[in-house]
Amino acid sequence: MSRRAAAEHRLAWLLCAPAVIAMLVVTAWPMLYAVWLSLFRYDLRFPDQRQFVGLDNYLSVLGSETWWQALFNTLLITVGSVSVELVLGFVFALVMHRALIGRRLVRASLLVPYGIITVVAAMSWRFAFDPTTGFVNALLGLDGAWLAERWSAFFVIIQTEIWKTTPFMALLLLAGLTLVPEDLLRAARVDGANALQRFFRITLPLMRPVIMVALLFRTLDAFRIFDTVFVQTRGAQGTDSVSIVGYNTLIARLNLGLGSAVSVLIFVCVLAIAALYIRGFGIDLSRREDA
Amino acid sequence: MSAAGANGGRVERLFWGVGSAVVVIYALLPVAWIVSLSLKRSADLGDNRFLPRVVSLEHYATVFRDPQFSAALWNSIGIAAISTLAAVLLGAFTAYAVVRLEFPGRRLILAGALAIAMFPPISIVGPLFNTWRTLGLYDTWAGLILPYMTFTLPLAIWTLAAFFREVPWDLDKAARVDGATAFQAFVHVIAPLAAPGVFSAAILVFMFAWNDFLFAASLTSTDQARTVPAAIAFFTGSSRFEQPTGSVAAASVLVTVPVIIVVLLFQRRIVAGLTAGAVKG
Repeated sequence: MSRRAAAEHRLAWLLCAPAVIAMLVVTAWPMLYAVWLSLFRYDLRFPDQRQFVGLDNYLSVLGSETWWQALFNTLLITVGSVSVELVLGFVFALVMHRALIGRRLVRASLLVPYGIITVVAAMSWRFAFDPTTGFVNALLGLDGAWLAERWSAFFVIIQTEIWKTTPFMALLLLAGLTLVPEDLLRAARVDGANALQRFFRITLPLMRPVIMVALLFRTLDAFRIFDTVFVQTRGAQGTDSVSIVGYNTLIARLNLGLGSAVSVLIFVCVLAIAALYIRGFGIDLSRREDA
Repeated sequence: MSAAGANGGRVERLFWGVGSAVVVIYALLPVAWIVSLSLKRSADLGDNRFLPRVVSLEHYATVFRDPQFSAALWNSIGIAAISTLAAVLLGAFTAYAVVRLEFPGRRLILAGALAIAMFPPISIVGPLFNTWRTLGLYDTWAGLILPYMTFTLPLAIWTLAAFFREVPWDLDKAARVDGATAFQAFVHVIAPLAAPGVFSAAILVFMFAWNDFLFAASLTSTDQARTVPAAIAFFTGSSRFEQPTGSVAAASVLVTVPVIIVVLLFQRRIVAGLTAGAVKG
């Protein structure tokens, strides 16, 4: 290696060091610490009774109905919101792509849900569906206590997630739409392909990489759902998400051992989802690094 | 042919026009609702109407009198601003190295950053809670700035790297041939070209820190470091028997309006930043 190359390596590592150290110290190390804590019986209310228990915490989490219900709930919210977001995001992206008048207005208004604090969005929808303060019941001629029952609460939660994050999906898809060559679509139109055929045979296949990346990010993001559930139900009526269970165990009940086992299991789930997307659907993330 | 074409065009325009209107209404509805709720009199909060019968500013007066709210606002602004500065600075160093320099570990850094972007924050909340209590970082600004900076570093690195790839760095050499010093070349040539990307990354990072609730709820407990989302979520009102709906709505509006203005002013930069990392390449 030449001296110049060595100097370049040194400079590069010097520049990267602060960020890399920060990421290692504040994420990698706490994650390892969580794995370590999960092997102990460790309740902050009784710190003297700290004791190594091996995999007992995992066994009690995996043996509890709370965990499996929360996992089911989280997957339900994830699949429910991300699938609707994909369709709705596509519609919004097409509107922005095709609308001649008001395109900027549409884009600007879509940035509003993106920019709003999630807690605020969740509050607004909670008040809207509330039987005392809300307008939804009056509008629909119903008198339901939406957040007091499990399935209608899920509807409100998923609906809030969709409202808040569809813009992100739509903006990514819009960027993907602009990569589809207009000539190709025009040629297909001349050859007699109708709008649906053009969309399913040309636009969709060409956008596959963008769609997969958007889906991966949104799925992982939706799986972490915490704010909306916390504000709207606090996990009552059987609407716990796994993050809520983790928070309740760790912070509300101060049970670090058991809570860390929950944390590690959530991390494993996230890894599994990422692996499923990357292996199963063949997203090539590394390709994008050399762009 | 021309008539049919024009007709088809008109139908199509109408279709997309109506579509646009629906999207705009859908996006703005909850914002309009919370504004309207915040302007209702206490007595009218339960009238189930969308618009207030009488406009009143009483909830805003309550919120401004509440020291909790101004403390939370100050904490949020300070913590988000410092986190943004730190993340963008460290992110820019890294992105520059990744884009401009050849070194072993380039790919590893990008892949590692991507892995952290997918990391569930709840997984490290417990250890951070325990460590912060020991180190005296619990319920302090630094205790939130550290996780915010770290969790936004991947976003900053990827966005900045995507933008830095587009910067014509060789202009720097040209300027120096023309007699500019290295510093002048940087300040007058490179910095203005890189600035929009840096700005995009900064807005996205700021919005992450401004929005976070999980860390704020777990790592703070008092007005000393509690940020706006946590203050709003935990707001209990002046008495146990009074629902704080009006105050929560007014506080929500107060923290939402500035963000909406920023978002609208810089919408191009935000969209560019959001899509830079994910679509290019």
